Amino acid sequence: MIPTLPRPAWLRLGTALYVGAFLVFLFLPLVTVAVFAFNNAPYPAPPWHGFTLDWFLGNEASGRVGLFHDSDLLASVWTSTVVACWVTALAVGIGTANAFLMERARFPGKGALSLLMLTPLVIPGVILGISILAFASRIADFLSESFGLEADFLRPGLPLVVLGQFSFIAAIATLTISARLKRFDRTLEEAALNLGASRAAVLWTITLPYLRPALIGSAAIAFLMSFENFNTTLMLVGSDAPLTIMMYGRMREGATPVLNAVSLFLMLASAAIALTLVRRGRSARSD
Amino acid sequence: MPELARAAWSRRLLLALLLAPALLWLSLLIVLPHLDLALLSFRERIAPRQFVPSLAQYRTFFTEPLYWHVFLRTALMSAGATALTLLVAFPIAWTIAKLARGRMSALLFVVCLIPFWVSETVRTLGWMILLRESGVLPQLLVHLGITAQPVELLYHDATILVGLVYTSLLFMVVPLVGSLESLDNALIEAAYDLGAKGGAILREIVIPHAAPGITAGCIVVFMLTLGNYLTPTLLGGKNSLWFTEQIYNQFITRFNWEQGAAFGFLLLALSTAMVWFGLKASGQRFSDVMRRT
Repeated sequence: MIPTLPRPAWLRLGTALYVGAFLVFLFLPLVTVAVFAFNNAPYPAPPWHGFTLDWFLGNEASGRVGLFHDSDLLASVWTSTVVACWVTALAVGIGTANAFLMERARFPGKGALSLLMLTPLVIPGVILGISILAFASRIADFLSESFGLEADFLRPGLPLVVLGQFSFIAAIATLTISARLKRFDRTLEEAALNLGASRAAVLWTITLPYLRPALIGSAAIAFLMSFENFNTTLMLVGSDAPLTIMMYGRMREGATPVLNAVSLFLMLASAAIALTLVRRGRSARSD
Repeated sequence: MPELARAAWSRRLLLALLLAPALLWLSLLIVLPHLDLALLSFRERIAPRQFVPSLAQYRTFFTEPLYWHVFLRTALMSAGATALTLLVAFPIAWTIAKLARGRMSALLFVVCLIPFWVSETVRTLGWMILLRESGVLPQLLVHLGITAQPVELLYHDATILVGLVYTSLLFMVVPLVGSLESLDNALIEAAYDLGAKGGAILREIVIPHAAPGITAGCIVVFMLTLGNYLTPTLLGGKNSLWFTEQIYNQFITRFNWEQGAAFGFLLLALSTAMVWFGLKASGQRFSDVMRRT
């Protein structure tokens, strides 16, 4: 059971085998995606036909459109990036305001509000998507019937995708930033105020620098969650497809290894973000 | 005293400024859209642009066998996937929390988390390349002489379950490790010294102690599985029959928003009921569970 108790050899061996099998299970799909990005064949399937960079560099002339010449795919990567930047800015901004509201302010109905702030996390993404779609359309219809205004940003499209993803990512940012603000030693602020600093100066030179790791962490998480979101996005998307929607469409049709190529970049980017966060988290804890 | 009055006034202004974003966010993106969805689900179209309040959408759900079959199937498969995820994740969480030491334990934990930073789309692409008829595993089976012809491993219920367990592991491992780490080894040693066998220790000490983590993991995994769209539709193909797909079909393909809204509410009701039941059964508070994961 635990190292201080005698463990029979078969149990030790079994544990080691299980952990090994588990790691294979975890990484097999990812390794497969990466390997077949370099296979010299029109479909991502065995057997191995030799190494090629066609699925990165190929263009129309070579008959294989690689990632760097696949304008649709590149456009969708750009779309996802723009959406993710908006969602990150909104979520971190409002998450910070919420953190101060929940940790510092006192007002009636605070308990109910803090519970309400968690609900977006337990509503399935598909339902968040359809409810926002229906509500936005109702407002858009109302505006166009009553005032003759065409509110295009309330029709399926990127502004709605941003709002839909923001609706639950804001809750995650709020939780992350509140957790750090809760541990803040308020005597530091009081000391600065006693020494004659203005409230704005205290916020800028003491409280926000303290919150920095949580702000950076929640920004990274918000960006990743937005970039990778599928469920909510699927319901709200218009003509410009973000990357996940584009990949989904092509996977249903049976795509070329160009999808493996773009996936490889996604994996490298997520791994870089994850490792930086883990390392930062560890150094922040040892401070 | 104008000084004091001004301080009170500025405090109130500050509170209003902090409350505004939260209220805008929650009312415009969460509360009102769901009320609107509820209204939508309780009406029926009788002529173009003419609607009357009715229960027709919910009646259709219960009278059309396909719809409630898919609903029940989604619920049962989600429950199955949750149980399987718990079984697969528990030994790993135990290894991380109790067996591996120091750096090894931290390393194993991080290694377990890395795949989940990668998009679900990419992970599903990997499974499709591995499992489809022309894919890696069927070819390997032929090569090893286990099957004569490549077999199609995609589009089975078991495939959907594997995919769901795979995407859910992280949400089970994290709370499990948290709750197992807080278990004092001395309790296990004491039970052992008093003659308890492995099974008894697990039943009497480990599981009761880890119950909050187990519940938190199960709630989150069930909820995410129920609401999943990508994994069942891609790994299950036409046979997936997942309820979120029905919602999509009504809303986007058929443009029958009333029916789609009713389906959405039924899914939300099931998901909320399970969360509530899980919390009741383990006597935990909602906010604690969310913080744990």
